[in-house]
Amino acid sequence: MSSAQRATDPPGTHSPSPVGSPAQPAADARSVLEAAEISRALSRIAHEVLERNKGAGGLILLGIPTRGVQLARRLARRLAEIEGTQVPVGALDVTMHRDDLRRQPIRTIGATDVPDGGIDDKVVVLVDDVLYSGRTIRAALDALSDLGRPRAVRLAVLVDRGHRELPIRADHVGKNLPTSQLERVRVHLSEVDGDDSVWIEGGS
Amino acid sequence: MKHLLSAADLDRDAAVSVLDVAEQMAATQQREIKKLPTLRGRTVVNLFYEDSTRTRISFEAAAKRLSADVINFSAKGSSVSKGESLKDTALTLEAMGADAVVVRHPVSGAPHRLAHAGWIRGAVINAGDGTHEHPTQALLDAFTLRRRLVGDGQGDSSLGSSLGQDLKGKRVAIVGDVLHSRVARSNVLLLHTLGAEIVLVAPPTLLPVGIGSWPCSTSYDLDDVVGGGHGDLDAVMMLRVQQERMNAAYFPSVREYSRRYGLDAKRVAALPDHALVMHPGPMNRGLEISAEAADSARSTIVEQVANGVAVRMATLYLLLSGESA
Repeated sequence: MSSAQRATDPPGTHSPSPVGSPAQPAADARSVLEAAEISRALSRIAHEVLERNKGAGGLILLGIPTRGVQLARRLARRLAEIEGTQVPVGALDVTMHRDDLRRQPIRTIGATDVPDGGIDDKVVVLVDDVLYSGRTIRAALDALSDLGRPRAVRLAVLVDRGHRELPIRADHVGKNLPTSQLERVRVHLSEVDGDDSVWIEGGS
Repeated sequence: MKHLLSAADLDRDAAVSVLDVAEQMAATQQREIKKLPTLRGRTVVNLFYEDSTRTRISFEAAAKRLSADVINFSAKGSSVSKGESLKDTALTLEAMGADAVVVRHPVSGAPHRLAHAGWIRGAVINAGDGTHEHPTQALLDAFTLRRRLVGDGQGDSSLGSSLGQDLKGKRVAIVGDVLHSRVARSNVLLLHTLGAEIVLVAPPTLLPVGIGSWPCSTSYDLDDVVGGGHGDLDAVMMLRVQQERMNAAYFPSVREYSRRYGLDAKRVAALPDHALVMHPGPMNRGLEISAEAADSARSTIVEQVANGVAVRMATLYLLLSGESA
């Protein structure tokens, strides 16, 4: 599955997809974020995270596979540039906690990688690329509770496209993107797809 | 994949993906809270017409760790001892809403019949049928081999350096009672699919008819094979001598078998340093494997049991999740 697969999920099934081959945007795709804008958004999120947390103390970044992990790593690099301290980064796979496993084709299970020291009494910042129905984040909260008891959990996303189905909101948003449910949002990151960009396609 | 009846059901990519999922399942089993909500509300029936310790407990643990409900059925103490047929038992299980049936049966082909006769709608997993196949055992053996021999070989890395890899170029000797062994057949099929080379070592009486058509080579001489006569070995898998299935004299005496085909300390010492000693269990200590070999540092026998849970979790996940399930 590629990011295109994620984008074709029906409402309520937005989910991390495994690494796929970079797919070219469809003919009707329009670019909504370019590489420089993604970079600026991440820098701003990094500052917001530090401001909210009053420094980098006790922070852990957990990315939700696939692209959330790459974003979490980029955020950690920015935090290190700003504060000079290395914030632990990990990955949190939520596949086994999803509520839609029986409605979808079988999903590949990604790696969960919790930094040494665990998440107990830490401030966990979940990082994902697109926030849609909120069901992925619900699964992530359940997965977290199996790993320990963080002092606080925050959510940072590159794109918030609306259409929430659960009472969940992001603390840090790169860009609010009003969309129709018929549209698909595609995030490309250079580590996975070869370039940095966000696209909207379909809907017409 | 709807059922898992034979190791031949898996092509290379499918087998590697089972091993990859098992790797992630194994990582979850290192946590304090081992239970996952993945199969909540699904029912798994363990239908065991033959005795088993490892396989049944392993499937039970795997299903419970994924939050499925487990019903254990053993032929002893059930209506089977009153003469109930497989069909009627299957219809009973169907009426109870079994999503998956894990079946072990003394008759080769019973799981196939269960899967294709239209008696039940759930997935059927072959947990050993007669002298035919035992695919999850082969998967856990392949998983153990891959963890130890591929990638960094640490075997406990959550980063999974062996993810996506097969067993290309690895050489495995499978020694002993091949004739009665479902483990041997499944392992030959699966390890061959994964690119490994297999040498079967057994007395001629314990090799099945038609062994020439299997994708492996054969030898009657264990000393030659462990000494590198078929190339350096990466693992030796010992098979249990299945005395309960032997209704004829297949070898002159236990002592002679043990001397010629048993794995003792001397033969272990003749193996390359990195080679693993494997056994699917239960072992006949002193017959096909000596205590020294079974308890040596290179023995993976206990590790195989732990890996069995992860592999069976992966199998249940792959068969029971997804829209077709």
